[in-house]
Amino acid sequence: MTIDAEGELTVGTEPDRRRPAWRDALAATLRVLLPVLLALLAGALIILALGKDPLTYYAYVVRRGLLSPTGLEATVTRMAPLLLIAAGLIVAFRAGIWNLGVDGQFLLAAVVVAALAPELIVFLPRWLTVLLCFAAGALVGAVWSLIPAFLKARHGVNEIITTLMMSFLGISLANVLIKIPFNDPTTTVPQTATLPVEDRLPRLFDTTVHSGVLLALVAVILVHLMMTRTAFGLKLQVVGANPRAALHAGLNITGLTFATFALSAGLTGLGGAVEILGVWGTVRADWNPAYGLLVIPLVFLARFHGVAVIGFVLFFAVLMIGGESAARRLDVPHFFVLVLVALLLVFLALVEYLDHRRRKSRID
Amino acid sequence: MPLSAPVDRGSEPAVAVESIVKHFPGVVANDRISLDFNRGEIHVLLGENGAGKSTLIGILAGMQEPDSGTLRVDGRAVRIASPRESLNLGIGTVFQHVLLVRSLTVLENLMLGGPWWRRAERAAALARFREISETLGVEIDPDAELGRLSLGQQQQVEIIRALWHGGRVLILDEPTSMLTPAGVHELGQVMRRLRDQGVAIIFITHKLKEAYEFGDRISVLRLGRVVGEIPKERLAGMSEAEVTDEIIRLMFGPTATATGDAGALAHEGERRRRNAAVDRSVEPLFAVRDVSTAALPGETAVREVTFDVRPGEVFGIAGVDGNGQKALAEVLAGQRPVASGRITLGGEELNRLGVAARRRLGMRYITDERLGEGTVGTHSVATNLLVKEIGLPPFWWRGLTRWAQVREHARDKIATHDIRTPSEQTPIARLSGGNIQKVLLAREASSEARVVIFNKPTYGLDLHNTRLARERILKSAASGIATVVISTELDELTELCDRIGVMSQGRLRGIVDNAEGAEMRLGLLMTGADAA
Repeated sequence: MTIDAEGELTVGTEPDRRRPAWRDALAATLRVLLPVLLALLAGALIILALGKDPLTYYAYVVRRGLLSPTGLEATVTRMAPLLLIAAGLIVAFRAGIWNLGVDGQFLLAAVVVAALAPELIVFLPRWLTVLLCFAAGALVGAVWSLIPAFLKARHGVNEIITTLMMSFLGISLANVLIKIPFNDPTTTVPQTATLPVEDRLPRLFDTTVHSGVLLALVAVILVHLMMTRTAFGLKLQVVGANPRAALHAGLNITGLTFATFALSAGLTGLGGAVEILGVWGTVRADWNPAYGLLVIPLVFLARFHGVAVIGFVLFFAVLMIGGESAARRLDVPHFFVLVLVALLLVFLALVEYLDHRRRKSRID
Repeated sequence: MPLSAPVDRGSEPAVAVESIVKHFPGVVANDRISLDFNRGEIHVLLGENGAGKSTLIGILAGMQEPDSGTLRVDGRAVRIASPRESLNLGIGTVFQHVLLVRSLTVLENLMLGGPWWRRAERAAALARFREISETLGVEIDPDAELGRLSLGQQQQVEIIRALWHGGRVLILDEPTSMLTPAGVHELGQVMRRLRDQGVAIIFITHKLKEAYEFGDRISVLRLGRVVGEIPKERLAGMSEAEVTDEIIRLMFGPTATATGDAGALAHEGERRRRNAAVDRSVEPLFAVRDVSTAALPGETAVREVTFDVRPGEVFGIAGVDGNGQKALAEVLAGQRPVASGRITLGGEELNRLGVAARRRLGMRYITDERLGEGTVGTHSVATNLLVKEIGLPPFWWRGLTRWAQVREHARDKIATHDIRTPSEQTPIARLSGGNIQKVLLAREASSEARVVIFNKPTYGLDLHNTRLARERILKSAASGIATVVISTELDELTELCDRIGVMSQGRLRGIVDNAEGAEMRLGLLMTGADAA
């Protein structure tokens, strides 16, 4: 803890000599872009050490992930689950609740939706099947966060631990569900029944991009507006920033905590539903993309800002899609993308630290 | 280990600052300050909020570094770049705000800061704890969780910690603001004992009486400069009145007359509420009957408290800190459940209502923990002014925040309540204590208020802001609000209240009419004699 340097100062009526606004904007942009550039630079050194040409690699990633039509379509498609998870994380993080169990919530919702959709489509129209599956995915995610929510609200148990533990349980349970009750006996590998391609989410125009992407974009923006423009969002923020002040102000902390968990996990579950209905149509027992742990750094990088996170998710999706192609073509391991994410986090922390020092020295 | 490090009794001051300059955006907090702090002397620093005292203390404690100037320890120029370096130089600091870990026990807090490779030795620490607490004359359970202690007790732990590593210099930043008169007296004795052992004590206070009583030397700061000093030799030969006159002249400039702040200062504690025209025949508006609460471990519960307050009446609750006042305030405000008893407002029972419902009925609570629970530090002044109204019209429309109106409302409150802030969007934690309190007062003051509870309303405020806060309390009472003031300062209660109850160990020991001789009866009740 530090004493607020300005704590005792009485600020005079004269206008303080503020620096121009563009400099603050520049500093904010730099704070975001600098870690990205540094991570790419350090990544380049690692590629060099692997005996490959980093420029070729990056150029290839950008070409395949962003500039080629099929690559771009794949990238945008990949953004859908990432954005919905990001939306869920923003709700939770802004409310001071660290829901780190998104992977379990995501996978469990995906499995339930994958089992439900082929059953429903037989006797229901597609639009109704899709709606019901969305609802089911969100519900499953939310239900999977009930125990951490209860423990947090009633007993103050740290939700980082409980959500992580529930995530492991969720992933295991999803596995069990695929192999036993939801198993499709017509296939050799354990997986759920497959939703026919024509029954999946409608495509956008003439591309392979499914309409779930639009839903995800709308969700992120709505979440951002909810957190910044509504009474509900402000209440969540107050609880997150100072729970004792929330109690003092008469907010229903228990209710808000449950709502936060439900919204966060529900959006994540919706992400699982969208990924199944839009892309896969089934879940195989060995499928666990673990998007959640990849999205968390991006949400931090965007400082919980809903609009900014869209840019970072795009950046990351390009890396993933391009990186997967590059792995095949250039023989750079595909998990090199994870190395980049790790580097990104390291440099994010570093830049944040330096920025903190810089501001402090300016205030002092 | 002796309380103070072996002292080299050279002629050099223990700590000296030379032409210290410290700028903050738009303000010169310290403007060429030069002061010597000698061994075996209690050096009082006086000055209004914003005079630069806390900045100077921050520099000595290693929290911030000066822009220019020299710090000397035993005549040797030093750089104090971190709190650890300050401690290593033998400078112990007790800040206004408690800086301890709430979730650790008292002893664990004290054992923090040792070398990481060495095991914390409990037995040695306990012995040291007993030694210092004996010197201080305080009784604290070393195994109590810190967060469960009252603010006053937490501060005592702070003092113990500052003395923990021996000490060349002990800095006390307004240590008396939380203490009872007896506690202040005790602190004075402790300071004298430490002084006689050769410790240099820097004592910051707003109270002139304490400056005269305890100080060997007095320095006055104003607007970042040293504007005057009463050296030891001169101070010894002066009467209290002479000292008071001189300090008022220094603090407020030569033109200050015995009005306004200077008046408040000079006549501190001599005023008594001229019994306002409270109609005693009126039915009480706010009634508390046999109210008890459950206690958390290490906390004093409220036991069978009964009192009532009429419209326009100010009811005071006196008592040493930590005797259940905080729990009482919380149970009245709805922040903690009633175990038994009955609370009514205008005949309506409040027991089962939460904070928000009670607020709608006109209940207001101004907490003593302004940053801890009163405000959300990282949020703007504008948001904090409305934090108890989130979602209600006219600032929210169907759940949507109307930020333009919220800011407009804030600008309006900032103007009418003279809140000093760079803008309504400034995070409230950046404001001074006095200004945060103005925000709280502005937030709770509204035409719909019927009962207002003030918990230590002037704690940590300077004279100017203390006077403003007290005026507000009297003004709001005059408009017919039933008012409860909880305070550990008798002077404050006798100035504000019509009747005063004394709380001790969770019980209301008795209620005294605020008339001639009330202090004596209150004192008897506080020390445990049953009466009234």
